[in-house]
Amino acid sequence: MNVELLWWEGCPSTERALEEVREALSELGLSHVEVHTREILTDGDAREAGFVGSPTILIDGVDLVPAAAEEHIGLSCRVYRRRDGRVSPIPDPDDLREALQRAAERAEVN
Amino acid sequence: MAISIGAEAPEFSLLDTEGRRWSVADYDGAPATVVVFTCNHCPYALAWQDRIAQVARDYAARGVRVLAINANDAERYPRDSYQAMKDRVAREDWPMPYLHDATQEVAREYGAKVTPDVFVLDAQGRLRYRGAPDADYDKPQERASWLRDAIDEVLAGAIVSRPETKPVGCSIKWKQ
Repeated sequence: MNVELLWWEGCPSTERALEEVREALSELGLSHVEVHTREILTDGDAREAGFVGSPTILIDGVDLVPAAAEEHIGLSCRVYRRRDGRVSPIPDPDDLREALQRAAERAEVN
Repeated sequence: MAISIGAEAPEFSLLDTEGRRWSVADYDGAPATVVVFTCNHCPYALAWQDRIAQVARDYAARGVRVLAINANDAERYPRDSYQAMKDRVAREDWPMPYLHDATQEVAREYGAKVTPDVFVLDAQGRLRYRGAPDADYDKPQERASWLRDAIDEVLAGAIVSRPETKPVGCSIKWKQ
């Protein structure tokens, strides 16, 4: 499994997002999975990566929360929704855990 | 450059989403004025929005004024355009004017760094609090307690016991 966190320095959410990813991996018994980080520095980097905001978490290359049509590519902080509807700068931990679980199951099948 | 606690806050004259012009001087006689730099697209600003709006409602009867200001570069961030601000206010329940700092001069003069960045001024227009609304964007139960404490102390004529906290949010999108 490949887990990558794309981040931009204009958002203070990177550290917390990274902690949540590592915590979710640990809870799933996947502590051995390395979380790669990639800084998005410029608008050009953002275009190249299809980056719609920080943090963006890719699991096996797929965005944990697929970008909505109204999300613009560029250097900004990403708006997530918790399962209870609240706005958050990081994904809902349950969404994260479930996505990692699915990826782990796919990896087992393959 | 940021204004320091106790210093007189810079005057400004900005349009709100209804086309009305606002300035700090409009509040002669107001016991406290809250200036909040915010925006349309930052998750931190959005997460704290309801709490700040509730402060505006709760303290309105006591003469406290809350002014929200959006200073983000709308060219690179169209979601923060003046039109997008108007659309948002039309869509939501805003108990405070939403002002457009198109030149970003006001944000620079205040030394605002992120959204949201909160400044509380006393009746003389002097800065008494600057920072975050409360300790955690993720806990609505915090109810903008740092902001409320600062307002309460200003209204009581007391020294604000926690005059500065670290503002937490998205960096203001400066023009390049």
